[in-house]
Parts: sequence; structure tokens; C-alpha cells
Amino acid sequence: MATSVVGKEVTRVDGRLKVTGRAAYAVDHPIENLAYGVPVASAIGSGKITGIDASVAEKMPGVLAVMHHGNTEPIFRTAEPFERDSHPGENRPPFEDDVVYYYGQFVALVVANTLQQAQEAARHVKVSYDAKKPLISLDDPGAETKPTRRHYTRGDADAAFASAPVKVDATYVIPTETHNAMEMHGSIAVWKDGKFTLYETTQGVMNHQGVISQMLGVPVENVHVVSPFCGGGFGSKLFPWPQSPLAALAARTLGRPVQVTVPRSLMFTTTGHRPETEQHVRLGATQDGKLLAIAHEAKNQTSPMNDYVEGCTEPTPFLYSCPNVTAVQSLVTLNIGTPTSMRGPGTTPGMFALDSAMDELAVKLNIDPLELRLRNYAEKDESSNRPFSSKHLRECYQTGAEKFGWSKRNPKVGSMRDGNEILGWGMATCTWGAYRGGAQARVRLSADGRARVSCATQDIGTGTYTVMAEIVSDKTGIPLDRVDAVLGDSSLPPGPTSGGSSATATIVSAVAQASMSVMDDLFKLAVHTEKSPFNGADSASLVMSSGRVHKKGESPESGVPFEQLLKLRRIAALEQEAKTGGAPGREKYSMHSFGAQFIEVGWDPGIARLRVRRTLTVMDAGRIINKKAGGNQILGAVVMGIGMAMLEETVYDPRNGKPVNNNYADYLVATNADVPEQEVIFLEYPDLAIGEYGARGIGEIGLTGVASAIAMATYHATGVRVRELPIRVEKLLESRV
Amino acid sequence: MRAFQFTQAKTVDAALDPGSRFLAGGTTLIDLMKLDVETPERVVDINLLPLARVEAAPDGGLKIGALVRNSDLAVHPEVKARYAVLSEALLSGASPQLRNMATTGGNLLQRTRCYYFRDTAYACNKRQPGSGCPAMDGYNRIHAVLGGSEHCVATHPSDMAVAMMALEAVVHARKDKRERRIALDELYLLPGTTPDKENVLEPGELITYVTLPKLPAGTKSHYLKLRDRAQYEFALASAAVVVSVSGGRIERARIALGGIATKPWRSREAEAALEGKSASEENFRAAAEAAMHGAKPLRDNKFKIELAKRALVRALTVMTA
Repeated sequence: MATSVVGKEVTRVDGRLKVTGRAAYAVDHPIENLAYGVPVASAIGSGKITGIDASVAEKMPGVLAVMHHGNTEPIFRTAEPFERDSHPGENRPPFEDDVVYYYGQFVALVVANTLQQAQEAARHVKVSYDAKKPLISLDDPGAETKPTRRHYTRGDADAAFASAPVKVDATYVIPTETHNAMEMHGSIAVWKDGKFTLYETTQGVMNHQGVISQMLGVPVENVHVVSPFCGGGFGSKLFPWPQSPLAALAARTLGRPVQVTVPRSLMFTTTGHRPETEQHVRLGATQDGKLLAIAHEAKNQTSPMNDYVEGCTEPTPFLYSCPNVTAVQSLVTLNIGTPTSMRGPGTTPGMFALDSAMDELAVKLNIDPLELRLRNYAEKDESSNRPFSSKHLRECYQTGAEKFGWSKRNPKVGSMRDGNEILGWGMATCTWGAYRGGAQARVRLSADGRARVSCATQDIGTGTYTVMAEIVSDKTGIPLDRVDAVLGDSSLPPGPTSGGSSATATIVSAVAQASMSVMDDLFKLAVHTEKSPFNGADSASLVMSSGRVHKKGESPESGVPFEQLLKLRRIAALEQEAKTGGAPGREKYSMHSFGAQFIEVGWDPGIARLRVRRTLTVMDAGRIINKKAGGNQILGAVVMGIGMAMLEETVYDPRNGKPVNNNYADYLVATNADVPEQEVIFLEYPDLAIGEYGARGIGEIGLTGVASAIAMATYHATGVRVRELPIRVEKLLESRV
Repeated sequence: MRAFQFTQAKTVDAALDPGSRFLAGGTTLIDLMKLDVETPERVVDINLLPLARVEAAPDGGLKIGALVRNSDLAVHPEVKARYAVLSEALLSGASPQLRNMATTGGNLLQRTRCYYFRDTAYACNKRQPGSGCPAMDGYNRIHAVLGGSEHCVATHPSDMAVAMMALEAVVHARKDKRERRIALDELYLLPGTTPDKENVLEPGELITYVTLPKLPAGTKSHYLKLRDRAQYEFALASAAVVVSVSGGRIERARIALGGIATKPWRSREAEAALEGKSASEENFRAAAEAAMHGAKPLRDNKFKIELAKRALVRALTVMTA
């Protein structure tokens, strides 16, 4: 019997299309008679529009329309929270009124025959404002701070902290970060016979369909969302941003297909970001390093239109064993666009603060930071009092420590060296929730010997096409090159959003069940078909492997290829659909993935240069369906973490709220040259509480420990404790190492 | 981008139109035209001119055509063997794709990355003389600590020009029938009260060649660039050093700094502090202090003063080790 592809290093089925440039991303779709919309963005950070003079622009060559709040049909608000699949990026629809809430807000859309005509005309739209001074900083005295409902408490953390023999009390700041997906946000809207076809780049075709249906006021079946590829989202494409309803509105108004692409500069203002956070952490402990109190208060920027909570305190209640815990979140409303999830939202910034504080505690106690984590190891989830479904964090620490050589770490600052460079070693805990939602999927077995699996989910570069095909292949034995995966289309059976690292866990069960179901049909056909070798047999005695139907316990070669049975009946194909729900163990267990990261930095004090030298990640994330795609997820997350720790920061001009570094040259992400030797180890304990395959999501967890591990390594090398990211040269010049 | 008239010149004479901007690699000009910062009415493409060769100069130095691409110049055997500082500077700049396009002449005249210069919604004395400088009380981490004025503190972004400054390069320029030679140090103007005037070239004057003088035997050279990330970023501080040492004594030193000044910064103060002295860390440190003497930090760029000193000390240390 052929071995399954599940758990192997499988090359992505869509890889060749992508690297040869043949994959058609959203605005690559060739559409006849396409017009181009270019947004005019507000040049102030707060105030009111007092006038829009489009008289010059309207007369320019090729211009079809200059649309704004004074002259368009309304775009509606969505029905959230009453209806599902109705979450927009920003609650306020574009052009709702004359108020400017942030710099870069779309205030008009110029539509023309060509992109160049629209761009040129957009420069000639004169917008006048009544400007106010925008609120830009978390500590602006004029900014409103709001409490949120995220408030966790057990025991009495304040009292326990007050009486604790050893204390850490520190504040950690992470600036705004921008996702910067390679593919820019863009939308092509086609309006024909009362129906929209939308070519999109999205992490959720079903939510996108729902939102546009509601914003444009058309029945949901009249919105068809097509998104075969997504050139990176990292959260910024979870929910529709203003360019999508505007493209749809323009297409309907003009009776012509319209494309709206968001320029790179406006991706810093108008398509979400990880908001600035300020976290105050207090840890109290005994002299031998047992935690007595954790108090974690986090606040983050939000926009005037949305209450977006960056859930930094998410892991605090369950990560370490501690009798007294409080975790509180609040919001500060500023004149900055609406934040959104960015890879590992909440937990990633939260872990930077929590694990940095743990390292500060380890230093105070003179205990090895890994040992400190073991002394506070949570054997169960102390916040819910439930057992963990499958937790092997201790093994992550131990495997990582062994492989990294952690026992050779001399804790003295600046004590380890390689040539000119001082070495710093840091480690951190990683965690992310194990989520699985509901999904439908369809599997088709055709007389041409091929299988097809389809689901209205999307592949955001993570390998969803491949995972879907792998499951069909696993169940039927049909080789991968004869399995076609189809997704990114809202007309397919409704599938999950690619968010929260839940897509794989959600889809695999539906695909597996649809595969089983269509095989059942095939077995019935096999026993009820004349000339079938199984005619008259019990269908329950049949199985399928290597793409062949045969008797249980016998070899595939003893049976027949499935397509032969279809041909005997002159049937084109059999097709079945399955619908599956959430994780079976969710009521009984606390379900999370865990991991440990070990990072070495090199510090060259003579030129104040800090670089990451090597990283090691050990993950306990259940079974890994595809080790190649899975490993890539972790590697990519570590690269992003290096950027977060050492480079990334969206800088706002306090005078007008403009992100001054709104481009790829000035907003620094890690380049290849910044990425050292990396290693990833998966422990691979299947978590059956999440489903038959035991696979938990891995898209985000790889980011959760990087920043704190680098900050720890930096301290170890330089003696400088950086509590405000990114860790840049000006903060390290004070090092005396 | 505004509409403009585009022509291609096949000879230098045909290219010399005082109302045109020259298009070579386009890595600065096209970028800024897209942003409406540059709005030429006429653009003349000079890529067909016969200025893409590197040749031996009569004095034993090197003659570099203005259209020699950065990537070609960086790996030219003569450059690698005799002017390592230049090769290293070129390879530290931009990305391979940009270096494949960018030219020698264009690189010398590339414009600043100042955020406010690049956004026409802001005032900028470089773009619109007298309109003001928002960098002064804006975010100015990347701005200059040397050579600035109250009107402009924009940093000159080139790495190549810093190396050439230390090599005492000479620029050859053509205007009408006149050909003139300009010492590189004299090509650039400090912003003073006229930051819009960045160099001494006149409208329609074209850089045709750059010559590098022959270096004294035994000279060694090195470029060290410090920045946040390992690649694809302008210098926060950089040092170009060209030195000859004999018997532990520095006979000759040519020093230029990048990333910290409004023009590629030749430091005669550092050179004077080094020449005739022994090659010691103490003397390097004194030279670095001399180089940065009088630096004026802004709110966000004070660190550059110390960083530039460390760059220079390290570059000298490596060269004399």
C-alpha cells in the first residue's frame, strides 16, 4: 500500500504557477472595458471637509467620475454584530459624511479610462478642510481612554505583589507595525444584471461576500467573490477595507468594471495595522522563583470608528502557574486609522511584555531563565481549571535547550564571545490558541481518474490548496498530481476565513468527511453495477487505496481503479459534500499550541552593531499535515519577528498624523541578509481533541516568542534592557560591554 | 506623474538641452517624477551616449564614464584591485536591481531621502525655496548633523560619492562646447540659504566622466557602512578611508563620511589629525573627534555623532591592522 502524503514534506501544488508568474492575483484578471479608480486621501489628521472642488479634474482626459460624500449613493453599514460574515475592516463606510478621522482616509475616488489618467486627475481634486490638531500619541492628554470588557482576575494580584519578596515592575512599548504584504490591496468589481463579481485579494471570501452584500445593499447571492491567490495578508486582508465597497459602488454607478488598487503609501493608513501598545507588567515571586502575582495591564491605540482591542493579555491567565493574576485591557482613541489583526494579534505583543518581565525576574533572582519557566510550569489551565488537550511545552524547552547548547550559557552579561563579537543568548515561550470552526467541503471523483476538492476558503500563501489535496489523497490514495484543489470562490461550499491559525484544522475534517462520503457512494455503485468485479458484494467490505477500489484486507492491485467503475455506469463523476463543526474537545479541554524559541545575537560593541546569528524553534502544534509548508510558516514568522524586534516601526508625524516612512525603503522589514541560520523542530503529538488528524494551526505561533527572545539575548550581550521596540542602535550606544 | 516630452540623444552634443532633465538609470528621477517632486517638461534619455566605459587615465588613474552602471563599476577588476573603497561602497548601496540601473553620474547627483522633500504636501526649502523646513521639528532620525543650516538638514544619500570623495575624484562636465573639471568636493554646495541649489552644475551641463587619480603605492582603502538592517538601507553613518602607513606611521590619509551630512563629507580635520601620527586607537579616536567636531544634532539623530566616530575608528583599525 502506498504511504500517505500527510505529514510529509510536500511541495505546494500551486508553487509552479506562482514562481513562473502565471498565478492570477486579484487585479491581474483580464477584464474588458476596465476603468480605474484612484483614491484621494485626506491630507489632514482630523477635522472636516469644507469643500471638494473637482471642476478641473472632471474635465481632464479620460475622467469618468469624481465620487465623494456629496455626490454618491450611500454605502451602508454592515449588520454586525447581528449577522455573521459581516465584519468590515472599518465600521464607518467610506464617504459616510464630511468628517476626517485620520490622515489617509479616502475622501474621494477619481475614476478614469486609464490608471494614469485617474492618478493625474486625483492630483487636481482640491479638497478644503477645517483642520483640527490630531491626537497621535498614546499619552496625549486630550485622548480618551476607554476600559474594555477584557478583564481577567483570580486571587488578589495587587496584594500578592505588594507583599512579594522579589518584584519586577516594568512598562513595555511596541510601536505601530504595518503588515506590508507584498501584494497590495486591490479590487476589481464587475456589475452585470444586478449582480456583482468581485476579484479580490482576501483572507475570507465568505466574509467579503457578506460585507459587500450589506454595504452595497444587494442580496448575498448577487455577490460573487473570486480570490484564487493572495499575495500575503498577515491579517490585513481578513476584512474588507474601503477600496472594495468603493470599487463596487463605482462599477454600479458607472455601469462599467472598475479596479481600485491601494497604493503602498495608503496601505500604511487605510488597510489596518498592529496598533501601538503600552503594557505595564508587575511580577511578584518568592526567592526561589515561584510566581506569586502577575498583573498585566495593556492599552492600545484604536480609531474613532472602531473599538479594536489588541488582546495582549490573552496568554497571561494560563501561560504560567500563578495563584494571583489580573489582566486588564484599555483603549486610547487616536486620529489614526483602524487597527486590525496582524499575525499573532494580542499574544505576540503580549508575550514580548510578559516574557521580557520573566527574564527580568530571572536576572533579579539569578536563576536561569529556562529554569524559571520550568519552576512555574502550568500543568493545567489555571484560568479555566481544565486540562490542556495536548501540552508538551516541557519537551519543547528541553529539546530546544539540548539542540541549542543552552547549558553552556554563561549568564553574566557580555561574557560569551566569538572573535570580535559578544554573544547574547535568549529564549522565550511561544503559545497560540488551537482553533477549529465549521466548514463545508465537496469532493468529486471523476471518470477521467481525477479527484477534485473544493471549498470557499482561500490560500493566503500558507499551503491550503496543498493541504486540501493531501487529505483527499490520504483518504482515497489518489496521487496528488491527480487531485485538483479549488478554492477562493464564494460560490463553493462555505469555508473558513484564513485567520487565527484555524484554516487547516477547520478544513481537514470537512474534506476528510466529504472524501469518505463520496467513497461510500462509490462502494454502493461498485456492488450495484453489472460487470463490476464487486457486483453483489457487501459495500461495507470495500475500501479504497492507491486510487483503487478493493476488498478490505486485500491489496489495491486486487481491485480496480475507481474511474473504471464510473465508466461502467457511464457516470461522469460522483460528488459529495460534508459539513463539520468545531473541535470535539473544546468543552473539555483548554486547547493551545506551545513552543520554545532560542536565539543568539552577535554584538559588535566597536561599531554598536547587533545582528541575529541563529534561531531555533521547537513547536508543539499537534500533527503537521505538510512539513514543508508548515516549516515555512515558522521560518516566515521568525523572519517577521526579527523585523518586529529590531526594525519595524510606523512613525507618525505628530503634526498631521502622516506615517512618514510609508514605503518599502523607509519602513524596514528584515531582508534576506538579516536572516541567519534558522532551525525548526516539530514535536508532532497529534491533538485528537481538535479532530481526527490532530493538527493545530501554525501560522502565527512562530512569531510569539521572537521579540522577547531577542530582547533577552540583547540584554545578555549588551547589558541594555530594551523595553521599547524596535531594538535599534541609539538604544544600545549606552552599552558598556 | 506629469506629462513630459521625451527624446533620446545619440551624441553628447545633442543631449545638452538646458531645458531638459537627463535620464540615465532613472532610479532617482523617475521615482521623484512619480511623486510629483520632479516635474520636468522635457526629459532626454542619455543611455545611448558612448559614456559607459572604464578606461585607464593618462596619469595612471582611472577614467569612468558617467553611464557606467554601479554594478559593473563595483566588480571592475581595476576598481577592486586599486580602489577597494569604491567597490565596497557601491556594493553596500541600494539593491542589486537598483545597482544594475544606477549610473556613476546619476549616483553623484542622487537626491535626498528626506521624508518631507519627497512629499509635496509638506513645505520644503529644497523644493520651494522659502517655504520652510518641516524636518527641523519633525521626525529627523535620518537627517544630517554636519553641513546643515536652519533651512535644510537633508542628508546626501550616496555611498559611492563618499568613497569618491576620499579618492579625490574629479568630475568632468560638458556644457555647450565647454568642458570643465570639477574637484568632487567642489561639485556639492552646502544648503546654506539656498538648499534648492545642490551642486555647481548649470542647467544643461552633463557629467561625462569621473576620473580617479592614481593612488600612491602601498595605499589601502576601505568603506564601512552602519545602518539598522544588513542590506538595502541608506547609511546611518559610514566612513571611507584611504590611507598609507609606513613603519607604523600614517603617511597619508584621506577621510570621508557618509549618512551624517548634507553632502558627502570630506574631513580634512580627521586627515590632519592622522597624518604623521602613529596608527593607534588613541589617534584614530582623536581623528574621529576632530571629524565630528561642531556636529549639531536634532531631536532624533544625536546617536549619529557617536556612530560616525565608531565607524571611522573601526575603518581605520581594519586598514592598519
